[in-house]
Amino acid sequence: MPKEILDSKDIKRVIRRIAHEIIEKNKGIENLCLVGIQIGGVILAQRLASQIESIEGGKIGVGALDITLYRDDINIKKEQPVVKTTDIPFSITDKTVVLVDDVLFTGRSIRAAMDALIDFGRPAYIQLAVLIDRGHRELPIRADYVGKNIPTSLNERIDVYLDEENKEDKVVLVRGH
Amino acid sequence: MFKSKDLLGIKDLTPKEINFILDTASGFKDVLARDIKKVPPLRGKTVVNLFFEPSTRTRTSFTLAGKRLSADVVNFSVNTSSVVKGETLKDTALTIQSLGADFIVIRHASSGVPHFLSKILNISIINAGDGANEHPTQALLDLFTIRSHKKKINGLTVAIIGDIAHSRVAKSNIYGLTKLGAKVRVICPPTLMPAGIDKLGVDVFHSIEQGIKNADVIMTLRLQLERQVKGFLPSLEEYFKLYGLTAERLKLARDNAIVMHPGPMNRGVEIDSEVADGPQSVILEQVTNGIAVRMAVLYILAGVRR
Repeated sequence: MPKEILDSKDIKRVIRRIAHEIIEKNKGIENLCLVGIQIGGVILAQRLASQIESIEGGKIGVGALDITLYRDDINIKKEQPVVKTTDIPFSITDKTVVLVDDVLFTGRSIRAAMDALIDFGRPAYIQLAVLIDRGHRELPIRADYVGKNIPTSLNERIDVYLDEENKEDKVVLVRGH
Repeated sequence: MFKSKDLLGIKDLTPKEINFILDTASGFKDVLARDIKKVPPLRGKTVVNLFFEPSTRTRTSFTLAGKRLSADVVNFSVNTSSVVKGETLKDTALTIQSLGADFIVIRHASSGVPHFLSKILNISIINAGDGANEHPTQALLDLFTIRSHKKKINGLTVAIIGDIAHSRVAKSNIYGLTKLGAKVRVICPPTLMPAGIDKLGVDVFHSIEQGIKNADVIMTLRLQLERQVKGFLPSLEEYFKLYGLTAERLKLARDNAIVMHPGPMNRGVEIDSEVADGPQSVILEQVTNGIAVRMAVLYILAGVRR
């Protein structure tokens, strides 16, 4: 049965900590922007951005990136994935782009996200912030900022629920699916 | 969700499948607005355009759609091919498949050619116009264009004016629009109105003034100039006088009605230049949308399990 790993208070604290870490590592928010990976990373990116702005003042760019067209499993997946919106309304060239996703697993989504990002410009740095790292990397990819490390087995699943109104947020571990 | 490896006609599609294609096309329209108009999903795949009839829009559109998806696109020129030496359609198609094509985009003067190819080949067949039967990607881009202006198709009144009997664009649009819940009116002289067309669920008009009243969308079709010679019409001037879409007649439709034409236009025959170039015309948008829609079709068919 699903086991709750993080509740909405935990998630709030994690976001606050990661926001501080991002500001610390980059010595401020100059040239910083966040790009959330569809679907799970988009709300996270927006919340992180608000948090960062309220800590440092000023505004940073937030974009949404759909990686469906860059996936390496188009012929393997059972269901045809739906192409979603990509909206990066600013130049990423020479910026520090922090990619944001909810769960880091095999690393293939991040690989796809980097390929997609490079088609938009030439960032000075790409960093990665994830809410959960569940292990089982298949590619040499690592996150710069991690909310929580949750060791999992391959027949388990991590579900992240981020509600727009901040009420029903939770991270849940589902066994044996 | 998509079961068939081919796109042969709108007749075989469910409303859900049509909407899936249109939603996917929205995503691709974003790609076309970028600086680097290229994405990788069809990398290593080969698209062959096999056009037995002339085409500007459809062929170029499919070529660009394939290239934007990183596919290799080959334009097969029929009149410098062995078809001229008498090679059969079947052998031509089997040869192209053996050369490694993954998609054949076929336009042919005979209805049913794409269906024939889909049976004898393992690869994906896309109908780019077969005789007077269907032109599914045209209808899809028309639906996409209408949806982008009117938000939804259900409940709209769409008037189609032109040579309905000989028009595959009309046919495909009638299927698509009725499946998505629009009220379709067909308008043309009795000589160009096919018998039994009302069985497709459309309302028949011989008067443009009546048919166009309060329409949300007006679709004008190309009048094939050969029809005059064959005796279907007294003259092109007569056709324009009775059925041409002029600015005056356009006023009878809704204020925010959009004017469409699949191209190529005969200015001054089925449509007046003032209307074609006017503020209600979405004709050039249709062309742009065509690439996004064809990208969506290629992308979706590429993902269908064989």
